[in-house]
Amino acid sequence: MTVTSPHAPLPVEPPTGCPFDPPAEFGRMRIEEPVKKISLPDGSWAWLVTRYADIRAILGDTRFSSDTTTPGYPLSGMTGGASQQNRGFIRMDPPEHTRLRRMVTREFMVKKVEALRPEIQRITDELCDAMQTAKLNGAESVDLVEALALPVPSLVISLLLGVPYEDHALFQDLTGKLLSRVIPKAEADAAREELRAYLDRLVTAKEVNPGEDILSRLIVEQQQAGEITHDDVIGFAALLLVAGHETTANMIGLTALSMMGEPKTAQQLREDPSLIRGAVEELLRFHSIIRNGPRRAATEDVEIGGQLIRAGEGVVVAVPSANRDPETFENPDTLDVCRPNAQHHVAFGYGIHQCLGQALARVELQVVLATLLRRFPTMRPAVPIETIPFRTDMAIYGCHELPVTW
Amino acid sequence: MNITLDADKCCAAGQCVLVAPEVFDQRDEDGIVVLLDAQPPAEQHAAVHEAAAICPAAAIQVHA
Repeated sequence: MTVTSPHAPLPVEPPTGCPFDPPAEFGRMRIEEPVKKISLPDGSWAWLVTRYADIRAILGDTRFSSDTTTPGYPLSGMTGGASQQNRGFIRMDPPEHTRLRRMVTREFMVKKVEALRPEIQRITDELCDAMQTAKLNGAESVDLVEALALPVPSLVISLLLGVPYEDHALFQDLTGKLLSRVIPKAEADAAREELRAYLDRLVTAKEVNPGEDILSRLIVEQQQAGEITHDDVIGFAALLLVAGHETTANMIGLTALSMMGEPKTAQQLREDPSLIRGAVEELLRFHSIIRNGPRRAATEDVEIGGQLIRAGEGVVVAVPSANRDPETFENPDTLDVCRPNAQHHVAFGYGIHQCLGQALARVELQVVLATLLRRFPTMRPAVPIETIPFRTDMAIYGCHELPVTW
Repeated sequence: MNITLDADKCCAAGQCVLVAPEVFDQRDEDGIVVLLDAQPPAEQHAAVHEAAAICPAAAIQVHA
């Protein structure tokens, strides 16, 4: 039986002809109904929150639980890598969340990631060389997603986790399925199980023969000390692999497409590379690729934006709406690489769950943006923009393919 | 200006280090925030206020 909810669903479609903008409904909701009931795919409902200030308040408040087993947690229609048995620390609350997250925080700290910059530059340069070679060999266009956007974060996270890069096709396929909003549940479950089985074999191999990588360090320092189990290591691996893959890849694609459409901005960045860092923050704000959350469950009655949210009720916060809230960002629908407060965006979330890999994502995006501008100044889409397949079917926004030429 | 930290709250996002590297650092063992200068000179004040404003865990308190 289909349950019919009286509420409208979470808006995900960008307005027609404007693939970079979030759903137009968010603008109306922020003014008229900033905390509004929406229906979820199973017919249940949750509060959708659209204002920047309210979203920061919720994500920074421990009375809103990230634990998917908390009563009222809005699981329906969620995608993601970790199963209930192996949910990873992003779906836990303190003190368990704090304990597990701190086991890997040093791996992603600023100076550690900065030390990787030359390696990230080398990877980017090699992929750009291969694009150039393909063009010289007569290719009319190159798919930037396949040639650069996916391989950069994929190679880097594989390197950090000690995952053989030969396996990347397998886990790219599997993470793609896990993040799809449209594939049948059985297929998503099968992909989750297959990824788990793959990581189980990988972790088992590292238990026997540890190397110089994050998973090996977790095994030697935490698992062997009895702090975590074999399954916990698999949970870390799944979380870091999925989170490290699709997010940065889609930001790279959207970043490149934005620059191709804004030649003046591209020229400005070429002339003054010191603007690159701010430009990356603005691109993160502008594109807000997380379209399906984050989500929380209230554990107490809390008033947010004039609305009482009761204990046991679910909340979905709209990151793309927060990042286009004119109360926080002046002319929010304009891409302004010199925007003074761009880094106040919540593209990495907010609160204690804010993205652990953000320093890594920043360096990858800075390196790729600067390199593309320098090496391919005449790059342009090889097809009309209307025919580029945007990821309206995925939890993480971007483009499925981006054919370019130069 | 006087800065105090609640390192127990810190989630090692590292944004303070990016914004005000002369005032904040991260501990090698776990990335938790370290205060390099609790009373930084005036030219650091804007950066410190910015670091406190974007800290996702509200772990940085700035006193006048």
